[in-house]
Amino acid sequence: MRSIRIGAGAGFAGDRIEPAVELVERGELDYLCFECLAERTIALAQLARRHDPSAGYDPRLARRMRAVLGPAMARGVRIVSNMGAANPLAAMNAALDVAREMGLGGIRMAAVLGDDVLTSIVGEDHPLIDREGSLADLQPISANAYLGAFPIARALAEGAQVIFTGRVCDPALFLAPMIHAFGWAEDDWTRLARGTVVGHLLECAGQLTGGYFADPGYNDVPGLARLGFPLAEVGEDGNAVLTKVAGTGGQLTLANAREQAMYEILDPARYLQADVVADFTTLQLAQAGPDRIAVSGVTGHPRPETLKVSVGYEDGFVGEGQIAYAGPGAAARGQLALDIVAERLALLGLPLDEVRYDLIGVNSANVTGRAPDPAEVRARVAARCADRAIAAEIGAEVEALYLNGPSGGGGVTTTLREVVAVASILIGRETVTPSIVHGVS
Amino acid sequence: MQLRDLAHARTGDKGDTSQICVFVRDAAQFARLERLLSAERVAAHLATLRPLRIERFVLPNLGAVNFVLHGVLSGGVTRSLALDAHGKTLGAQLLDMEIDDA
Repeated sequence: MRSIRIGAGAGFAGDRIEPAVELVERGELDYLCFECLAERTIALAQLARRHDPSAGYDPRLARRMRAVLGPAMARGVRIVSNMGAANPLAAMNAALDVAREMGLGGIRMAAVLGDDVLTSIVGEDHPLIDREGSLADLQPISANAYLGAFPIARALAEGAQVIFTGRVCDPALFLAPMIHAFGWAEDDWTRLARGTVVGHLLECAGQLTGGYFADPGYNDVPGLARLGFPLAEVGEDGNAVLTKVAGTGGQLTLANAREQAMYEILDPARYLQADVVADFTTLQLAQAGPDRIAVSGVTGHPRPETLKVSVGYEDGFVGEGQIAYAGPGAAARGQLALDIVAERLALLGLPLDEVRYDLIGVNSANVTGRAPDPAEVRARVAARCADRAIAAEIGAEVEALYLNGPSGGGGVTTTLREVVAVASILIGRETVTPSIVHGVS
Repeated sequence: MQLRDLAHARTGDKGDTSQICVFVRDAAQFARLERLLSAERVAAHLATLRPLRIERFVLPNLGAVNFVLHGVLSGGVTRSLALDAHGKTLGAQLLDMEIDDA
């Protein structure tokens, strides 16, 4: 049976650079995919593009391309990435510039466009799908539909060696090479589902090969400082073996693969993607050798008639302040500090939309309601409001605790940030028309 | 004995929803894990989280019980005021649940 080898070069925008180089040089890859586009990143990128029409793509694109383009092209490894963010065309042009700088002429690149649906949803109303409310309540600055794998597969069929997309379903970056290599049909639900699950397993890169797993004494993982990123050998039936380059750090055991398989899966029988609905209740994972996991058995159902759209919108400002207390009674003094700030904010009558009070070390992340007396705490106050200057008052009130608050406070930090939030809606898939632009270095 | 001795967990998020999947370490113990982890017990352990709704999915093929907790992330990672806006630490907190030694 024919098979192809697909590597995961990054699992988020800030991911390490060297593991992708290692995969290209020693992974015998056919394709290398980089998933670099978190939900909110595209909204921030849209803002960047507004200020500069040639911006709006991943700021680490040039650095990643400089590292992998030479060895990838020398070995015939084709690259797919969503580093195009809010501007795939500019991303392609930037990568072409990198190729030319490096003396790599004749490389064919492509940008997949069409995910930006802001102009077509303006004035429409849609219920939000991930919380209460509707589109009409928001002031959208971006709206990007999650495209599927077929436009990317088309770019591959048209000869592109390096492809940049904007918003696509993350697994679609990996599914596209399978569709291209094996000629899968748009209604081959079983294979599309299998390829989607393989893509889902790969999309977070090191989170499959031992990252995000270590718990000393319980789950020990070797070599996290030189973690190897995963690759899949995928057969034309869509079943696959996951592995990593020999000698790299990390591990690929059943436990790692199971955790990543279920990562961010809500109803496991209905994993909704643009191209297919995958059923994880039929997924089989088996250890097939050291650092080798066999993936099989996934079933699929027809794709949804709607596409998910991420809508970015401005959501005011968040001001924050923190102050530390240590020694006996640290938690009590921290709590007193919070109470004082709460009273001050009431006295000042600031128009705040939401305020949050945390004792870091007691209850900032801990939701069990249990907390043994800590040796140190940080009292934290954060608030959201429409006005920047008012948000800045939060940090100022925490800082004033130095001279006006409980005994022994130290290490104040204050921050102020503009919030771009994201909500999701569904639109009919017929409203989206992907297109492809090609370029040559 | 703690749940941590029997299982490991990973947490993810979608909008205002947190997803915690708990995996048995030894396949022979799966029926026990499934019996121990009711939606009510999970909600009671994460005492101050107060989800609007909990869904529970059992996956014998992965030795897993998946919990979907709605309305627990203060509007979701992009607007939450929480330090752990993703709720990434929730799964680990579940693992300190005290369970019978049997």
